[in-house]
Amino acid sequence: MTATLGHTAIFLAFLFALCGVVSPILAYRANSERYLAFTRIAILAQFALVTLAAASLIYGLVTTDFSIRYVAFNTTRATPVYYRVTGLWGALEGSLLLWEWILIIFSGLVAWIYRHRQRETMPWVLMVFSIVSAFFLGVIAFISNPFETISPVPLDGRGLNPLLEDANMMTHPPLLYTGFVGLMVPYAFAIAALIRGKLDEAWIVATRRWTITAWLFLTLGNLVGAWWSYHVLGWGGYWAWDPVENAAFMPWLPATAFLHSVQVQERRRMLKVWNLSLIIIAFSLTIFGTFLTRSGILSSIHAFSSGPVGGVFLVFLAVVLLGSFGLLAFRAELLKGQPEVDSMVSRESAFLLNNIVLVSALFTIFLGTIFPLLSEAIAGTQVSVGAPYFNSVTVPLFLLLVFLMGVGPMIAWRRASWDNLKRNFLWPSAGALIFAIALFFWRVRDFLPLLGFTLLAFVVLTIFYDTGLALRARRRIAGEGVFRGLVTLARRNQRRYGGLVVHLGVVLIVLGIAGSMAYSVEREATMNLKEQLNIGRYLVQFEGLKGSQQPTHFRVEGWFRIFYRGEEWGVLAPALKFFPNQQSPVGRAVHQSTVSEDLYLILSGFSELDKNQATLKVLVRPLIVWIWIGGLVIVLGTLLAILPLGKTSREEA
Amino acid sequence: MGWRRLIITVLVIVPILWLLAFGFTRDARYITSPLLAKEAAPFTITLFDGGQLRLSDLRGKAVFLNFWASWCVPCRAEAKDLEAAWQSLKEKNVVFVGVAIQDKDKDSRAFLEEFNVTYPNGWDESGKIAVDYGVWGIPESFFIDPQGRITYKHVGGIRAAMVKAKLEEAARGIVSAKEGKEDYQPIR
Repeated sequence: MTATLGHTAIFLAFLFALCGVVSPILAYRANSERYLAFTRIAILAQFALVTLAAASLIYGLVTTDFSIRYVAFNTTRATPVYYRVTGLWGALEGSLLLWEWILIIFSGLVAWIYRHRQRETMPWVLMVFSIVSAFFLGVIAFISNPFETISPVPLDGRGLNPLLEDANMMTHPPLLYTGFVGLMVPYAFAIAALIRGKLDEAWIVATRRWTITAWLFLTLGNLVGAWWSYHVLGWGGYWAWDPVENAAFMPWLPATAFLHSVQVQERRRMLKVWNLSLIIIAFSLTIFGTFLTRSGILSSIHAFSSGPVGGVFLVFLAVVLLGSFGLLAFRAELLKGQPEVDSMVSRESAFLLNNIVLVSALFTIFLGTIFPLLSEAIAGTQVSVGAPYFNSVTVPLFLLLVFLMGVGPMIAWRRASWDNLKRNFLWPSAGALIFAIALFFWRVRDFLPLLGFTLLAFVVLTIFYDTGLALRARRRIAGEGVFRGLVTLARRNQRRYGGLVVHLGVVLIVLGIAGSMAYSVEREATMNLKEQLNIGRYLVQFEGLKGSQQPTHFRVEGWFRIFYRGEEWGVLAPALKFFPNQQSPVGRAVHQSTVSEDLYLILSGFSELDKNQATLKVLVRPLIVWIWIGGLVIVLGTLLAILPLGKTSREEA
Repeated sequence: MGWRRLIITVLVIVPILWLLAFGFTRDARYITSPLLAKEAAPFTITLFDGGQLRLSDLRGKAVFLNFWASWCVPCRAEAKDLEAAWQSLKEKNVVFVGVAIQDKDKDSRAFLEEFNVTYPNGWDESGKIAVDYGVWGIPESFFIDPQGRITYKHVGGIRAAMVKAKLEEAARGIVSAKEGKEDYQPIR
């Protein structure tokens, strides 16, 4: 019953999506308002139907309706309700449905918000939504159906992959999907602009908040993924340059480039083709990411089953790329005649350089990701490139990016005068230099970390110095104090100050990455009862093993007493979880965070329970916690940039 | 102007798409073995019945060499087929050799008893034989011709019909161009 309801809803939604693709064209031909209204109705109908379908599947999961194959494969009777719900995106079929659901929620929101505005553009925007939605609905309805039934009905289900039984399951996939789908909004407006041949700044201005929102979700999706990897996968790291991680990260690069380069177009009417290309690439990469994770063409720690879905996504990717760039080439005549960069020392060129660096990073990561395929196609042998390649290629690029982050927001448009440079950068540069010397004497002597920390200091100083100057001006003009002045500044120019706060967040993230990359230490040892292990300023003492039966698994904990500089700090208990359906245990690492470093404990093995002997891996990873704090700062900055707080003009009307 | 841009774009996009499509023609988890047509690495193994088996003593016979473990699901799936193949071929000039790896002596014996395995089986306790043969997952099977060359490698569970066909080829010294795999994926 639930299955029939869900599948019927999906099928009807698919029909509405097809109507939504056709009706704007009919409207354009017949010049009729009626078809236009229908385009919107088609989106809203899809929204209602897909919501119904998703609700049916969630209902099936929560009530463990094992007659549905997807439910039988992704829950058990013992699964807590919480993980039954997250089972919606625990496997391929359901995650496609979630994707489609978010997609149609976004589409519905856009259709609703712009019901009285953008009358000329909206039909084409909604058509793009309907095309993408029709694709996903087609896949769900005909190829990868989550409502497939199973007979005879099994008595109990198989359950989620135990690694997915984690609180982050509630956040990471939906955040990432929201980011992916969010990029569809600026993409759809860009395509609509190309179709109409109205290639001024209107589409950028209209989608600015959508783009920033999508970027925020994409950033958070990646950060929460890193957090999950660090907290759950239990190997002590947060990023492995695995193809699937890269797939999630790659759209972030052109999206970030786009956020910056659109400012150049708004201000100087330059880079029109570039901006259109960036958003097309960013959106294509979200499809590419799904293709990569679902096709099984690359070997990854994320074990996904391969199936016909991969091929369908490849075809869709081809359609998106060739169709979008074909349209761009078709409109090339309209995109000619743009102003040129006046000077290499200007904000335009800083932003342009930022774009080049981001796209270079994208290119190198893309190359590294598909390198096994490339080498096999050309040389016949599969050669993988691992973290060393990605680190050595991207670290210099990202350091350059950090430098530009200090320069870009402060340098003048068009042509920076010597005065402008001196006023904005003299003191921050001097400060950064002093900081570097101090670091050097504080035993930070390796080149890359030293350069990295110095650049971070430079960025922070430019931001504080600039804000300080502005505050002084406020005091002179209006007699406002520091706090009052900050509020006024932020409200007067939300985008700028929001952006600067985001930059501070990025600084914190880079700080965490640099610290943990350069200064981590680790030790591994097999310990008897009361035996001790020294690492850094920590002393770890083994206190014994404890086994317990949990609802879904048997858990063995190792108890370790931690001493920090000789003082007792408490007990940490890393564990191994044994799931009945799994051959090897799942580790549950534990860690203790402080602002300066994390102590990370992994139980890698143990003797029989009564013998009380355990093998422990201990890592001390400096500054990691700043990665997560930086993420929070980015959220605050983004909210400051997009929330309607102040007297900003209503340019989006 | 538009045309030039379109052509350049297509020239960039199409090879990438082609490369991705090429990915479907192969299995990313599948590592080609350099051992085909090479001499099989010599080994001596202590059998579960206490005897010794030396590969070099088997010259002049076609050898079916199978790596397995008692905990491995596809190994269980193929066990009956292998014994059946052995029963129908043992009068011919062939030898089956089973090598248990990453296993416990007790569990291996129980496995052999459960499936009434009668061909010689031994325990590669140190894992040296498995390393020499580049075993990546189990089950994996090797076919060795009477001259001691590896003629075929099979990754994953194997069926009786395939064992017979490939042994016949091995007996005649025919080296397969490629290794093969069954629908069962090997377990790491």
